[in-house]
Parts: sequence; C-alpha cells; structure tokens
Amino acid sequence: MKFERFGLGILKGMTVTVRHLWRHPTVNQYPEQRLNLSRRFRGNELTWDRGKCTGCATCAKSCPQGAIEIVTATNLADNKYEVEKYQVDTGYCIQCGLCVEACPYDAVFMGHAYERARYRRGELVQTNDMLLESPERPRSGYFHPEIAKSLPRQTLLVERIVEKR
Amino acid sequence: MAINDVIHHLPMTATPPDWPGGYWWHWLFFTVVLIGFVLAMVMGAIYIERRVLGRMQSRLGPNRTGPFGLLQVVADGIKLLLKENIVPSNADKVVHVLAPVVALVPAMMIFAVVPFQDGALLADLNIGILYIVAISSISTVGVFMAGWGSNSKYSLLGAMRNIAAVVSYEIPMVLAIVGVVLVAGSLSMNDIVLAQNIPFILLQPLGFLIFFTAGCAEINRSPFDLMEADSEIVAGFHTEYSGMRFVIFYMAEYTEAIAISAIITTLFLGGWRGPLLPPWLWFIIKVIIVFFLMVWTRTTLPRVRIDQLMALAWKFLLPLALVNLFITAVQVLVWPDGLPWLMVVINIAIMVILILIWSKLFKLGWGRVEV
Amino acid sequence: MTTTEMALKTEPFVLNIGPVHPSTHGVYRMRVTLDGEVVLDMEPVFGYLHRGVEKLAEERSYTGFIPLTDRLDYIASMSNNLAYCLAVERLAGVKVPERAEYIRVIMAELQRLANHCIVVGAFFNDCGAYFTPFMYLFREREKILDLFDMVCGQRLTYNYMRIGGLSQDIPDEFLPALKKFLPQMKRFVDEYECFIKQNEILLARAKGVGILSRETAINCGISGPVARASGIKWDLRKADPYSIYDRFEFDIPFGEAGDCYDRYRVRMEEIKQSLRILEQAARQIPPGPVKTEVPHLIRPPAGEAYAHIESPKGELGFYLVSDNSIAPYRCHVRPPSLINLTALREMVRGWKVADLIIIFGSIDITMGEVDR
Repeated sequence: MKFERFGLGILKGMTVTVRHLWRHPTVNQYPEQRLNLSRRFRGNELTWDRGKCTGCATCAKSCPQGAIEIVTATNLADNKYEVEKYQVDTGYCIQCGLCVEACPYDAVFMGHAYERARYRRGELVQTNDMLLESPERPRSGYFHPEIAKSLPRQTLLVERIVEKR
Repeated sequence: MAINDVIHHLPMTATPPDWPGGYWWHWLFFTVVLIGFVLAMVMGAIYIERRVLGRMQSRLGPNRTGPFGLLQVVADGIKLLLKENIVPSNADKVVHVLAPVVALVPAMMIFAVVPFQDGALLADLNIGILYIVAISSISTVGVFMAGWGSNSKYSLLGAMRNIAAVVSYEIPMVLAIVGVVLVAGSLSMNDIVLAQNIPFILLQPLGFLIFFTAGCAEINRSPFDLMEADSEIVAGFHTEYSGMRFVIFYMAEYTEAIAISAIITTLFLGGWRGPLLPPWLWFIIKVIIVFFLMVWTRTTLPRVRIDQLMALAWKFLLPLALVNLFITAVQVLVWPDGLPWLMVVINIAIMVILILIWSKLFKLGWGRVEV
Repeated sequence: MTTTEMALKTEPFVLNIGPVHPSTHGVYRMRVTLDGEVVLDMEPVFGYLHRGVEKLAEERSYTGFIPLTDRLDYIASMSNNLAYCLAVERLAGVKVPERAEYIRVIMAELQRLANHCIVVGAFFNDCGAYFTPFMYLFREREKILDLFDMVCGQRLTYNYMRIGGLSQDIPDEFLPALKKFLPQMKRFVDEYECFIKQNEILLARAKGVGILSRETAINCGISGPVARASGIKWDLRKADPYSIYDRFEFDIPFGEAGDCYDRYRVRMEEIKQSLRILEQAARQIPPGPVKTEVPHLIRPPAGEAYAHIESPKGELGFYLVSDNSIAPYRCHVRPPSLINLTALREMVRGWKVADLIIIFGSIDITMGEVDR
C-alpha cells in the first residue's frame, strides 16, 4: 500500500459518504406507498375476451412454452363453432407477450396487476371465465396503445429525486 | 454531585454491622449497572450502525419493528434464540462450545476500569491501562478456539488471520497508550481523565490516529475485517455457529467496539469532562461519536489483504509509534510548565510532517509469489 | 512446494469454494489448492446452470426463441436479443428500418450502462467495501430499468427485439426521460470517481493484481473489457461495425497493465463513451416504421450465418444453421463469459485467496452464459 497522496483518497471518499446522510434516501415504503407500474407492464396473468375470441389458436401456436390450451367444439344444436375450453397455465408462462402480439382479433391481453399470489400451485391454472377482465384483473397496454393511454403514468426514478451534486 | 455521594458514602453506611466491608455493595451495584450498561450500549450500537449505514447507502435502515425500528435488535435476538444449534460432526465439542464465552467475557471485563464519573468505577486500579491491555488479548484465544473447534477449513483460515493481525497490532496500540501515560503521569484511568485539561487528542494527535487504526484492527472492523470477510471465507471463524452461540459472537464484536470507543474516549477525548450536562451523559455522547467514526470508515473503505495488514502494522504504524513515543518523552522532560497550547500546535505539525515523510518511504506488502 | 526458505514443513490443501458462496457470481465451483494463503492451482467446475438452451432452439420457432435468448446472459438481455436477431436477419436477408436501428443502438448502449453498473458494484463488493458502492450504482441502474420498463414492460428479460426490427415503437415519454437521465448519470459518474477512484486501499488491492499479459489474452481468445485492459485495441463496434455504429463518434478506452484496476477503469470509461453515443443517437433518431413485415413463423432459406456483437462482456456471437423449416437446425452461442473464464487459472496462480476472489469478480462472468 502506498500512501502517495497521503491518505487523501480515503478522506475524499469519506466526504462523499457523509454527504449522503442528508440526502433523500431512494426508498419506497411498500405497502403504504405504491409506485405506478409501466403502462406496458407484462403482468403474470392473461385477460381473455370471450366475445372476440374465435378459437383460431394462433396464440397457442406462438407460445414458446406451450402454456395455452384451447379446446374447440361444434355445438350441434345451432351448428356454431365455439371455444369450449381456454386454459392458461400461469405457472408455466414466462410473460413474453408473444401470444398478445400474435392474436389477430385483439382477444388476449397481458395483465396489469402484480399482487396476485396464490397459495397452491393448482390455482395458477386458469380456465374460461376465470380469465375475463375484472377490477382485480385489469388489462395492460402491452402492444395495445389505446389501452396504454388510459392507464396512469409510470413513476420514474429520474423524476422523483433530483439531487444537487 | 448527588450521585457521587450515593456511590461512595451511602453503601458504606448501609452495611449491616457484621458484613466484611462496604466494598461488596459497591461491587454488586456496579456489576449490575455495568452489565446493564454494556448490553444497552451494544443494542444501541447495533441499531445506530444499521441506521447510519443505511442512510449513507441512500436507503433506510430497519424502521418497521417497533417505533423507528428500535426493537429490531430484540427481534434478531429472539429469532436467533429459536434457531437450531448445529454443531459440526467432527468438531471438538468442548472447545467449540466454550469459544464464544471466552471471546465475550474479556470484552465485558474491560469496562470494570472505565470511569463514568469522577471516581465512579467498579475498581479504581492504579494500573488500569495495563489491565485493559492484558485482558483484551484473551479474546483472541476465544477466536482461535472457534476456528479450530469447528473442523472447517474456512474457520481455520479466518482464525489464523485473526491471530496474526491481533498480535501484530498490539504493539503500536500499546506504544500509543504509553505516549498518553507519559503525558498524564499515571496508569490509572481516573487520573488520566483528571489530567486532561486539554484533551489528549490535541496533545497526541499521532497517538490518536495510531490507536484508532490499531483498535479497529484488533476488533476486526472494516477496513480490517478480513477475519470474517463476507465475500471470501463465508464468515471466517464463526461460520459454523448458529443460534445462541452466534448471538454471543455477534455481541462480543460490538462489545469490543464499544470498549475500544470507551477507551479512546477516556484516553484521548477527556472521558466524562464537559460543561453543562451530567458527566455520564457526556461519556455516552463521546462514546457514540467515536463509534460513529468507526461506522463511517466501515461504510467507505474496502478491505485490506492480510499481508498488507501486517505490513501496515510492522512497517508503518510501529516506526511512527516509536518516534511519537520518543518525541513525547523529550517533550515531557524539557517542556516548561506554561504554554500548553504551543505544544498542541507543535505536536500537530510534527504529526503532519511525520505522516508525509513516512508515506513516501512506505512500501507495499508482497506481490505475486512464484509458483 | 514451499514458498519461503524457512525450515517449517508445510503441505498444500484443497479448499472447495463451492457452488453456493456469497461471491461466486452465480453457481460456480472452484477447487483451489492452497499453501497457506497462496493459491497454487485452481480447477473450475461448472455446469450447474445448464438448461440445454441450444437444444431447445431446435424446437422453438425463430421468433419463439427470442425470450430464451434473454435468459442466457440475464444481466444484459438486450444484447443477446440483438445478436440473435442480427444472425437471423443475416440468414433470411431481412432489412431493418432506420428508426429501428437507432432504437436498437440506444437500447444496446443503455444495456451496457446497466451491465457495467452491476459489474463494478459487485467488484467493489468483493473488494470488501460493504455494499456502499454497490448501492450507489444500483440506484443508477434503477433509472435505466425504469426506462426499459416503459418501453417493453419488463425490467430484466425484455423480449423487445424482433426479426426485422422491434416489437413496438417507443412511447412518447421515453426520449424526454432519456434526456433527463443523461446529465444525471454524468454527474453521478464524476461523484463516483471522486469517491473511489483514488482510494489507497483499492489501489493496493487491485493495482498490479491478476495481470493478464497481452500474448496470453490473444492466445486464449479473450474479448471485451478484459482484453482492452490488457492493451489489445479491439472493439467490434469499430473493427467490424454492425448495425449503424459507424455513424457515431466515440473512443475506445483501453488500458496497459491488464490488472484488475485497469479493467475497472476501462469499464468506467466505457460508461462515459456510452453516454456520448446515447446523446448522439437521441438527437439523430428519425421517424418511421419500426419493423419490416416478416411472417411470424419465418422460414429462412437453407444456409448458415454467424453474427457477433460487442456485448458488455465481450464478443457475443450466434451461429445459426437453417434447413428451411420454422425452427433452426442448429443454434450455437459463442459465450464471452466462458471464453474469458478459461484464462482465470493463469491469472490466479501465485496470488492469495483474497486476490482470487477479486480477480474472479473483475473478469465479469454470468453463469447463465457460461452454462447456457
């Protein structure tokens, strides 16, 4: 160890550290303060629109994990082709968003919520009406700018804390 | 001075007639007070360290458990009490179990001779400083017992480093103390405080720096905490400890930190002397200031390597301490009885010149070894 | 093999710095032969994070493989995406629009900043500065991750680049936020250098330690900041410009000694140069489309292609062989972390245990890339 600068490097470092004592800490006290998520947040659930879905299964084909399972049937009474089962295994999903991009009818959206933990792994598999949009399961604006416009603005760290250095 | 009366006179008068002496009441009172004080200060020190470390790192420290996070230490203690005590299978059981105790008790015994007020000590030994130097070396035996008894290579590495460091840094520490003793004229801690009309940090600035550095190295604090280096040897000598035994090691580390702070306060900063507030409050404030300095250096500085640590002790601090001792001895001998402030100025100038000269001459530890 | 002339007989012992350790960056195991504190030999054992990514590529479509490339070097995901998309575009002959090229450069340089934030912070953590430099750098990395979050919705595995461009355009508030970020980062870098650059203890720990000579570096195929610190002036952005890097003005920092301190300095200077590139790109970005229309299940003509980029860790390359089906026939990744790791044994012998950890931290590896 050479003290060519007579310990000045150490002293300069210590002034920087002590200056942080009276700066605002970069801390967010969850759960009392919550930040606004990004408008294009790729949350852990999918939201399905039963009216628009035609059962074309493009989303299932484009999913790299194979997490989407679709069963269609012809309802012989009025000869309609309907989606009998639309099931997403949320535990297997890697939230890549390729299904949302692939859907030609805008029937699938990523979720915007993040406090959706479950106690059992079986409850992560969601079918049919569990996937519809509801106040706990809002839609995210990923790949859909019209939904993104209606979501609140994201909190950015560059804007929250501006220290004078 | 009501407390003074209580301490000295009341126990003397409140003894039963056939009790051997009032000394035992004095001893009992002080033991209880000291153990309570040490434990309270340790908890306070852990809390201060975590909060200040957090603020310097631009985050908050613990602030959820209890108001302002004051009960965090209690929560940690309870959690560690409830953990399972794991002892490694081939470990030497007696050594492994006794090691924490041997590491903690000497650190607490240091407080027996630290004055909280004029004459308010557990034992006013007239060789107070010598007692402290002797006792503080016993903790090292505890650390080595921990390293050996754990039957793990990491622990042994940590314990070996610790012994090398502690033995090396004893010498500059003692030489810095001897400088203070020369100026004060007595080994007793109480007399040293009473002799500080000017705090000795101004009369012995080089001694303060040497003692602070050597003290930090003795108690394994950053930047010398390679004995328990988190990123190299997992946790050093206390890797294999869990549960209550780990609590004792943890407390031993902070007790030693508070002990070194208390010694620095007594030797260099003037102990309990101060204008308005009661003396014991001044003592606590000064201990907290010195501890804050230790936390500040911990936050800022990276760790040194073991051979650089030894080189710092033997090649940098030891010659400086010897020169400081020589100059102090000459000053005590020839200085006229007035003009203490001129001595302050001259000592500070000498310190700056010595550090400048020695920094130019000082060189690194070993580099790469040919394999 | 005693290293001193004393009459004390010593024996070397083997220490296993295991896969679970506070400072092996990921699951990496080293069996180190020590004589006291001096390292005599080091044997690496890795493979703990092998997930068979190259085999999985043969079962996913070209677009479906992009999320998996994110998880190779999980600290610098945008670079992985970029390298893979360049390889497929070279294979299929797809041209990328101008705006997409500019946004790709912005993302890649922001990713370089974010990666160096982690690496330099972790390096100081290994040196022993108890998380303080780490926390300061992480604060700046948070700002960058917020920008990435705004663009593609995720903070770590972005899946943002597609074959033929990007998946979606940047939102309107991205460029103003970027322009606010750049001066803040500059001032932060100045303060950070004041904090730690001349710290004597850091100089003692890192200067002259773990020297990698120029010849060894060229022989082992080292690339990236490690090679530049050893004196090799090689940067793919200047030597073999991909995308539109030839339109920007920036310098290549390089060191002379090849020790840990030089690697840290090279990374800090690279941060400054990346800020320069970002400023120029943010000014020059043109309007336009961000993706050429390619089918979702693209079938490139049969052939092979190799594309390499200057990722923050070194030269990252993707080698693709196609047989005109929707999935590649073979995909091979040239991982810079693994190839930089092969020189570790040479760098470490003769130093002490403490230096071993520092040298390992300074060559910057991510186990996701080493093991794939």
